Amino acid sequence: MLNQLTISELQKRLVTREITARDAVQSCLAQIKRVDGSIKAFLSYDEADALRQAEDVDKLIASGATAERYPLLGAPIAIKDVLAVKGHPLNCASKILGNFVSPYDATVIQKLRGAGAIVFGRLNMDEFAMGSSTENSAFFTTRNPWDTSRIPGGSSGGSAAAVAADECFASLGSDTGGSIRQPAALCGCVGLKPTYGRVSRYGLVAFASSLDQIGPFTKDVRDSALLLRAISGHDDKDSTSIPEAVPDYGAALDGNIRGLKIGLPKEYFIPGLSKDVSDAVNAAVKQLQELGAKIVEISLPHTDYAAAAYYIIAPAEASANLARFDGVRYGARVNGADPLELYSKTRGQGFGAEVKRRIILGTYVLSSGYYDAFYLRAQKVRTLIRQDFTKAFEKVDAIVTPTTPTPAFKIGEKSDDPMQMYLSDIFTISCNLAGNCGVSLPCGFSTNPKLPIGLQLLGKPFGEATILKIAHAYEQSTDWHKQKPNLSF
Amino acid sequence: MSAQGFDVKYVAHLARLALTPEEEQKFQAQLGNILGYIAKLNELDVSGVEPTAHAVPLVNVTRTDEVRPSLPHEEAMRNAPSQVNGLFQVPKIVE
Repeated sequence: MLNQLTISELQKRLVTREITARDAVQSCLAQIKRVDGSIKAFLSYDEADALRQAEDVDKLIASGATAERYPLLGAPIAIKDVLAVKGHPLNCASKILGNFVSPYDATVIQKLRGAGAIVFGRLNMDEFAMGSSTENSAFFTTRNPWDTSRIPGGSSGGSAAAVAADECFASLGSDTGGSIRQPAALCGCVGLKPTYGRVSRYGLVAFASSLDQIGPFTKDVRDSALLLRAISGHDDKDSTSIPEAVPDYGAALDGNIRGLKIGLPKEYFIPGLSKDVSDAVNAAVKQLQELGAKIVEISLPHTDYAAAAYYIIAPAEASANLARFDGVRYGARVNGADPLELYSKTRGQGFGAEVKRRIILGTYVLSSGYYDAFYLRAQKVRTLIRQDFTKAFEKVDAIVTPTTPTPAFKIGEKSDDPMQMYLSDIFTISCNLAGNCGVSLPCGFSTNPKLPIGLQLLGKPFGEATILKIAHAYEQSTDWHKQKPNLSF
Repeated sequence: MSAQGFDVKYVAHLARLALTPEEEQKFQAQLGNILGYIAKLNELDVSGVEPTAHAVPLVNVTRTDEVRPSLPHEEAMRNAPSQVNGLFQVPKIVE
């Protein structure tokens, strides 16, 4: 079926006029109608708008447009509800944004359009990107396509599920502490977090400004390279974006990883790791050796402190970023006798529990008398974590780890204890603190039930070409990426 | 660093968040627990370590101070919950 193809495969058939962009969109819409009642990846989508865009792309193709000039030509790409798309709703899966409609396109959206992609849909997420299961969405929980009694991961759960269920050809998500890589691992697709500053954050609703990055969810590594190249680049409108040239990431995928040194950090192979995950990851590491890479044991000594540092820094930054949601200029409003009451009631009723918890935590650690003990200390620990990686990358070209300690857990299993939920991010968090890049790709399945397991590759800042090269070589020597969930609902 | 000084009611007030009594109770307990975990960072010796506010070595990113087109006023007002004469309407601030 058309919607099951990768972007590369789709483009081959578009260019020969075997199919049209309209066909591609129709196949996604048909799939959504067939499965999304059970998967619930989409908060909304505008069918007419998507078909209009497809019509424009088909005209472009008819006038001779090529995939060289438009690298994402005809690809229907769905968007996490945290990115501004002009004329589309923007809610961050929260009630507080009410009926907000974006007045402009995020830079990444402009870039997707410029590359010939069709941008559609609002994908479900944890509210304001705070969560690891998509259970914190104010609207509903997305289901894991491999087992609908389980979570798809979070916060970009909708983005991962939609790709895994072939409801779109690719999607965009955001990653602050693992929110792309973890759901990609749990849903069995490829999820990449670029180096901090690689991709413009203009038009991304900010959660933690020094940690957030936008990244792609795709069905294979080649598509990930394609999408990364399309969205990367310096942007005047984001003063934290880096003026580093964007390489042709696809060109690096030659399958040859002989002699590359890959680090195995001993601190990541912990008692809490499920046997299915350690078996799959160990087998993958052996496979990397078969392919000619050299495995080197390394140490990232401050790994154990990353979660504590993150749960000070991220909420602190979030408490500042979410101060703008006050019911005055946009979104929902709960009236009050004076502005103070208006703010407090609007925010008290508009935000969900996890968001409120994090705002309170963040406010506390930044408050007078506590700033030094908490926030400043956490920023110093962040330096130690970053130095662990800098030292490691002197010895190795990339680092390999499991993406998550276990496969997807059941809906409701961890939602009572915030701390339990936080600890499921332990392998992904350090990467955001250090500013590095990371990718998760499928490396196997648990046996009973059959649930995807993800392999994580971490690279140095602007080391995406290296991690994609290794990911691609591994992927092509296995068939994990060709396996699809049984969507017979 | 401990959970002793943590009063959820006071901090919620700083953050302009109106909580229900149930929320106050639940959050006081949950956040107390989290603060207990975070205290782990006290185990480390951070003397002489510079804080990292930003993973990336950028400083003073500026542009020339020239006027450029920005979001039209009408567009900016489109999502307003309440507006009068192109201004955001709010409850009285000063008596």
